[in-house]
Amino acid sequence: MRLDIAKKAVAVGLGLTLLAACGGGTEQAADGPVELSFWAWAPNIDKVVDKWNASHPDTKVVFSKQAQGDDLVTKLLTSAKGGNPPDLAQVEYQALPTLVSNDVLADISEGAASAKDKFAPGIWDQVTLGGSGVYAVPQDSGPMMFYYRADLFEQYGLKVPTTWDQYAQTARDLRAKASDKFLGTFSSNDPGWFAGLVQQAGGSWWSVEGDTWTVSVDDAATKKVAQYWSGLIAEGAVDKTPMYTPEWNKALNDGTQIGWLSAVWAPGVLQGNAESTLGKWAMAPMPQWDASAPRTGNWGGSTTAVTAGSKKQKAATEFAVWLNTDPTAVEALVTESAIYPAAISAQEAQAKPPAFFPNQPDFYTQAAKIAATSSGFTWGPNVNVTYTAYKNAMGEAISGGADLVPALTKMQTATVDDMKANGFTVGG
Amino acid sequence: MTSMRVSGRGGAAPKVAPYAFVAPAVVLFLLVFALPIAYTVYLSLFRTEVKGLGLGLGNRTEVFVGLDNYWRALTDSELGAGALRVFGYGAILVPTMLGLALVFALLLDEERVRARGFSRIAIFLPYAIPGVIASLLWGFLYLPGTSPFNQMLRELSLPEVNLLSPTGIYFALANIAVWGGVGYNMVVLYTALRSIPRDLYEAARIDGCTPLQIALRIKIPLLAPALVLTSLFSIIATLQVFAEPTTLAPLTNSLSLTWTPLMKVYQDAFGRGDIYSAAATSVLIALVMFVISFGLLRITRSRAFGGER
Repeated sequence: MRLDIAKKAVAVGLGLTLLAACGGGTEQAADGPVELSFWAWAPNIDKVVDKWNASHPDTKVVFSKQAQGDDLVTKLLTSAKGGNPPDLAQVEYQALPTLVSNDVLADISEGAASAKDKFAPGIWDQVTLGGSGVYAVPQDSGPMMFYYRADLFEQYGLKVPTTWDQYAQTARDLRAKASDKFLGTFSSNDPGWFAGLVQQAGGSWWSVEGDTWTVSVDDAATKKVAQYWSGLIAEGAVDKTPMYTPEWNKALNDGTQIGWLSAVWAPGVLQGNAESTLGKWAMAPMPQWDASAPRTGNWGGSTTAVTAGSKKQKAATEFAVWLNTDPTAVEALVTESAIYPAAISAQEAQAKPPAFFPNQPDFYTQAAKIAATSSGFTWGPNVNVTYTAYKNAMGEAISGGADLVPALTKMQTATVDDMKANGFTVGG
Repeated sequence: MTSMRVSGRGGAAPKVAPYAFVAPAVVLFLLVFALPIAYTVYLSLFRTEVKGLGLGLGNRTEVFVGLDNYWRALTDSELGAGALRVFGYGAILVPTMLGLALVFALLLDEERVRARGFSRIAIFLPYAIPGVIASLLWGFLYLPGTSPFNQMLRELSLPEVNLLSPTGIYFALANIAVWGGVGYNMVVLYTALRSIPRDLYEAARIDGCTPLQIALRIKIPLLAPALVLTSLFSIIATLQVFAEPTTLAPLTNSLSLTWTPLMKVYQDAFGRGDIYSAAATSVLIALVMFVISFGLLRITRSRAFGGER
């Protein structure tokens, strides 16, 4: 009895809190246009939403700016549990299985399956999770590339590395010529970056067979990548401080870091963090493990998803498809939000280079070629656990001056333990 | 309440009145304090279970697991390690902070001191800065690449100091808390000092006490209740440390995301989406704090509050 009363009171209390917190944002006027709420963080995406609202008077999309990536996943999970999620949300590829597994996203195959041909097969697989459902519409992708300070490369007589061996040698040569400079850094704070490097090396962290998950965060390819960076850190050839700190921004600005292994969206970051280096950077394909078979991985990239809790899934799906396949919408995404669109037709259509790279007019032609070498990757249902384990274990290994390979074992154990504790069937 | 009922001449309305007066407090207490605690305890006894691949709708169910979450938390080495780290941090922080607060309070209480009002405000002011903002500011000062201290050391060709190293981080974190906490504790101690009757000092002076002896033999013993109180609050705040290490973690390899027990609770609840084990760990942390608080009060009560009957 008591428990029941407590439960009810809690439910009422929570309900009140949620109502107060959300301000009834999803409530709909009795007559008038359908109103859809949309959570996203891409810069200026509200301007693209405005275009939809101008041409679709019957369906009004109300945009709400959110924090990026992991924070939005947390917020989506919480709002879905509270029974009051937005109709649409921007979701990164690696978060899709987590959200699907938690019943947060709707299967929109009915309205979105026909968009399949507009995207590369590797990208489309990411939103179907290898099954018959469709859980989101791809928005952009983040093929990895190598960025370097062209002026400083010339000054120190360095050549752009095309293989990882050359990258290591270039890093050493630079240290010999300018002891206060680095070709790059190994960041314990950016698991998505490391996952991109692993994809390039051919690693596979999760796979599915029947009803069983196989987890191999410490597979041979991942070990190869970790070993490679362990060596560079040990000999002091690269820096070992995290990216995205005030110190790192300063290092990009003053030329302490003269290279960055990043993704197609890097020009926007460089523009924001290292404004004084305009026109001094250049982009090249990633250094390769096997120069005869060039590959790259993805760092970031996101989708537009419809929530399972939405009462207007059909209208929401229409918007998600429009946003990412309609020529005017995608063009606006490129010019306003500076994303690299997932839709193939739009990738080919980008003529002008990013504003921060006026010295590389064929930037997007090259980018399209590199993007075509992206390798596929299956994300598991608890990527957030693996990512947290990466930050903790890599940070500890680096600050303790230890090898990075044992940190992979910790990531593997943390991932598998969490899946087993939740009742997933984990084999292998 | 009893006296009110007696004076109320026994009608129906006066019997209701006292309840009506306490009702807002009781309702608020139940809604925002007792209920969340009860709900936390309730949650800590459950766990979700996934069927199959877990990709698809309706694959998660809530199952009752008894005390299993508690057992997991207790055997989790990361939680124990986090608790040890917090004790190390507290061992640096609490004595330094309270020592400085006591010294400042005693100095301000001296009659010959000048600009007392200004000094009091100046020492208290950092307390008004939120922990997250203070940590961001200190982060800039700690990062070797942006730190003005390291720049000075470099120009003097002295060895540089990295407070974000695995050992240095304890001092870096304690420093932020000392900077923010000294002023608050000083005000508590200073207020207690001002309430000590002045004629005690006069008597002591006539007996030939130096100012130092007055401080050591009269002021500090009479401050004991206030010192116990500030220690208790400081220890509780230490055990709850969260904002500072969470803000500094992205800047350095030395801080994990589960560096303190509360950070682990946050990671469990919002990083892993496992509110059940987070609830169990929270209950355990609350119990530990309860035991420490009451233990400390019990030990010190007879001594510190002995003369206060």
